[in-house]
Amino acid sequence: MSGYTESQPFSRTSAKEEDAGPRAVGNAQSHRLRTGGLIDRKAPLRFTFDGQVMTGYAGDTLASALIANGVKLVARSFKYHRPRGIMTAGSEEPSALVEMRSAARREPNTRATTQELYHGLVASSQNSWPSLRRDFMAINSLLSPIFVAGFYYKTFMWPAKFWETLYEPLIRRAAGLGKSAGQPDPDHYDKVWAHCDVLVVGSGAAGLSAALAAGRTGARVILVEEDTRLGGRLLSDGGEIDGMLAGEWLRETSAELEAMGNVRIMTRTALFGVYDGGTYAALERVNDHVPVPGSHQVRQRLWRIVAKRSVVAAGALERPIVFPGNDRPGVMMASAVRTYVNRFAAMPGRQIALFTNNDDGWRTAEAIQDAGGSVAAVVDPRGQIPAAYQAMAKASGLRMLSGVVSDIKGGVDGVRGIVVIGNDGRSQRISADCLAVSGGWNPNVGLSCFHRGRPVWHEDIAAFVPGDCPAGMTMAGAAKGEFSLGECLRDGHAAGAAAAADCGYHKNAGTSAQAGEEAYAISPLWQVKGKGKAFVDFQHDVTASDVTLAQREGYESVEHLKRYTTLGMATDQGKTSNINGLAIMAAASGRSIPETGTTIYRPPYAPVAIGAFAGHNRDENFHAWRLAPSHHWAAARGAVFVDVGLWKRAQWYPQPAEKDWLQSVSREVMAVRNGVGFCDVSTLGKVDVRGADAGVFLDRVYINAFSSLAIGKARYGLMLREDGIVMDDGTTSRLAEDHYFLTTTTAKAGVVMQHLEFCRQVLWPELDVQLSSATDQWAQFSIAGPKTRDLLQALCDPAEDLSNEGFPFMGAREVKLRGGVTARLFRISFSGEMAFEISVPARYGNAMAENLMIAGKPFSVTPYGTEALSVMRIEKGHVAGPELNGTTTADDLGLGKMMSRKKDFIGRIMAGREALTAPDRQVVVGIKPIDVQRRLRSGAHVIPKEELPGPDTDEGYVTSVCFSPTHNQWLGLGLVRRGRERYGEVVRIHDPLRNEDYEAEICSPVFYDPEGVRQRG
Amino acid sequence: MRIACPYCGEREVGEFSYLGDASPKRPHYTIDDGTDPVVLEEAFNEYVYLRDNVAGTMREYWYHGGGCRSWLIAERSTLTHEFKSVQAAPGAGAAKVTLQGE
Repeated sequence: MSGYTESQPFSRTSAKEEDAGPRAVGNAQSHRLRTGGLIDRKAPLRFTFDGQVMTGYAGDTLASALIANGVKLVARSFKYHRPRGIMTAGSEEPSALVEMRSAARREPNTRATTQELYHGLVASSQNSWPSLRRDFMAINSLLSPIFVAGFYYKTFMWPAKFWETLYEPLIRRAAGLGKSAGQPDPDHYDKVWAHCDVLVVGSGAAGLSAALAAGRTGARVILVEEDTRLGGRLLSDGGEIDGMLAGEWLRETSAELEAMGNVRIMTRTALFGVYDGGTYAALERVNDHVPVPGSHQVRQRLWRIVAKRSVVAAGALERPIVFPGNDRPGVMMASAVRTYVNRFAAMPGRQIALFTNNDDGWRTAEAIQDAGGSVAAVVDPRGQIPAAYQAMAKASGLRMLSGVVSDIKGGVDGVRGIVVIGNDGRSQRISADCLAVSGGWNPNVGLSCFHRGRPVWHEDIAAFVPGDCPAGMTMAGAAKGEFSLGECLRDGHAAGAAAAADCGYHKNAGTSAQAGEEAYAISPLWQVKGKGKAFVDFQHDVTASDVTLAQREGYESVEHLKRYTTLGMATDQGKTSNINGLAIMAAASGRSIPETGTTIYRPPYAPVAIGAFAGHNRDENFHAWRLAPSHHWAAARGAVFVDVGLWKRAQWYPQPAEKDWLQSVSREVMAVRNGVGFCDVSTLGKVDVRGADAGVFLDRVYINAFSSLAIGKARYGLMLREDGIVMDDGTTSRLAEDHYFLTTTTAKAGVVMQHLEFCRQVLWPELDVQLSSATDQWAQFSIAGPKTRDLLQALCDPAEDLSNEGFPFMGAREVKLRGGVTARLFRISFSGEMAFEISVPARYGNAMAENLMIAGKPFSVTPYGTEALSVMRIEKGHVAGPELNGTTTADDLGLGKMMSRKKDFIGRIMAGREALTAPDRQVVVGIKPIDVQRRLRSGAHVIPKEELPGPDTDEGYVTSVCFSPTHNQWLGLGLVRRGRERYGEVVRIHDPLRNEDYEAEICSPVFYDPEGVRQRG
Repeated sequence: MRIACPYCGEREVGEFSYLGDASPKRPHYTIDDGTDPVVLEEAFNEYVYLRDNVAGTMREYWYHGGGCRSWLIAERSTLTHEFKSVQAAPGAGAAKVTLQGE
């Protein structure tokens, strides 16, 4: 052979070299060549397939090791459970899908052709029972007349309810591929960004040449290669470059690239997506070649690569020919046979026949013979077989037949012979245990089409070549339709140098390596018609007759063809099947192939595990956490936390004797109502608003006035969206003439900040006002209850006057604490009690909580959580998230009078629309069950007492509920049509979800201290 | 997608929030200036709700919330996602002209 590996004659007897390694069961490496290949014979690896122990070598894939051990049958097909073998030697493999590993690490549908062999590898076949050889479900194959295209749609139409209960479970049992682990994935995945000038995809002759040219200019280059080593087809085809063997050139080139500090080489990394702005996605299989990733190591890494330019040298994919029996184990792609022979020193058969419609297929015959294998015959349908190959055949005694392969003879274990119909019409049978097929090469155009670029038909090579590429991308080499080694090297070099120049690197890129221009002549042959199943899509079991049936039934568009037959919709995305499918469709519908067109290519190019997309964002790290400033103090006290957006908030503080949350919460509420309690409310959004026009600015964003607010005072404010619906509420205090401190709800903090910045920057840049988010800067505690002032006096400097005169309701100013820390104190109340909120710099959050406990000890101070906070706000009739729900107006919330008539503000005009001011809107009311034992539930509907529940009689719903320890019954707030006119009316509460129906009274939403005496006390 | 923030440089789209068409301007008015309420409501209705569905280059608001908190106006092709320009947006949303009828 012409490559850089030296092969000795292929031995039919079991080779001697196994003596060096562990003993293997069975016909150990019976198909391994004695020498040659990029495998390490000194590193034997033991592995298990379907319980059978075998050996291979370092450098093998699972597929090459199976071939070396003479294994042909490796899988059962998706629909018909047909026996299947290994077809290709790359990531395009449709058939040889196996289940890897076991238990939580079990991974179905792994392509044996890309799985690196490792010591102790365990793989099993899937989709077969009880065994791969005797698969019960192979009966599907006999039933195949009903399994034709669209059979789900046609067969299981009626009765509809049978679909879920009968048909779908049955079909799912019978069809499908492997089984998922069904357990949490124990491995870790990483997500990483990388940036470069030139991204080179693929490391065959064109890719290496491009990386070299770009690298020499000094551009930052990333070279990604999905295989374990650089070289692409050079590893299988050899050849001569710059007067040396391809392998030598590969070593030198790799060494030159590795020595460049500006070039990053990433093997085991498959580029799978192209996104806007020169962003590319790649998956690095970091530890798929070992049984278990080492500790603190990831299994796979998802790369997002930002590149100014890219050169895609992704090569070409050989396409099968569609003929009856073309899915038998042992029918392989001719280029794959060449790879197994040359790269892996594994001979896929004792008697290998070839079926090729192009020159390249003949190179496989050459390679088999060079390696000492036996070629049964070369079948070439072309009238004129090139003279060089005729001469070669003559010289080596090769049997050469002009004709086509029309059928395969064989069984579960694979090919035993082929039937050839000569161009003269005569039929003959030839013995062979492997058939290498080449229908020509399809440039690997997928990545060029991810932005909806459509490939262009190229008659000379009977294939699609790239059309318009995504911005910044150039295709090079075989991926562009340049098939000779010399062209690939030149094209790659030119593309690499041009990409670097586009990025501003004009240094000398050197000259391109030189190699021969081997001819590639092809005469298209898509299908050999005959009896028996001829497969187009091997992974989804779509046959030629499915395609023609779809055509007859009117599914002529390739997009319809795809969905009706599921052609190209398997995990291989039709890499070996799409073009054949559309060629057969074109022939059936009397159109040309370019007229028929291709389906849209979409990422990912190769399957990507969901775990890789998730990265570390799973379980407790699903999203970032925000911790309140007193979080650790609360955690030490045993608080139960609740997720509120990204925050974790203390929900209640259980005590040992308490048997449920309700007991804890009720205790906390009563402690506040009768004594004093405190709660960390730092999660509320806080915005510092400063500048001469701060007051004017707030006047325009709130419905009520703030420029008139006195310094040292706080005011409740309500914001609308521009469409007139309430956006958010909160308290804003004036700390100085030009300084306000605005608070938002926890949930809307980010949205409000964005809105305020929009108003400031986009609408009113002339206002002298600046905003800064201060949410994380302040630890803020609400202190509430009749003994609040006692506690605060113990905490504050004795000089601070906290009396009603010295610090009236809605006062806001700085105070000095004992010990010297300055705090901000606001006399505001959410609970309805005498209350203050105190702010200290966030770093004092834990210390503040501890000091509140110490200072409050004489008053039995009680920390309370968000649940007690919520109970008290419902008792007091304060609205919150469930009422500020994106459908309510200020008036719906009972706050309509706050709307200023003297100024423009966001939402003012639209809030005046007819529908938003209609008298029959649903407004906030209190709801009190008649039966005091009855538990009220939010979400229940409000229906007039005498009416039947239904859309016509529905008058609103319950928004918030609590068990009120103050009233010793469940209470709620609700939105009820004309609610404020209906206090005292008894209505029906209907809850179809929980199947509940009971009576309740509509009342004022303020259940507690309606005169507001307590909070002003 | 990458957006070249004029203050921070080119950043990943995840740092930004999208608001949409930047052409509507918030109508300017003063209280009791005698504008017909129907005209005013119509002007706001247009500002809040009416948008062109542009196939081609669109001027649109983006907010660099994960960076400098600037509101930006980008010219972007809705067909190719190509950004033609990105600029700061001070004052871009305020109506410079008075309402119709004034």
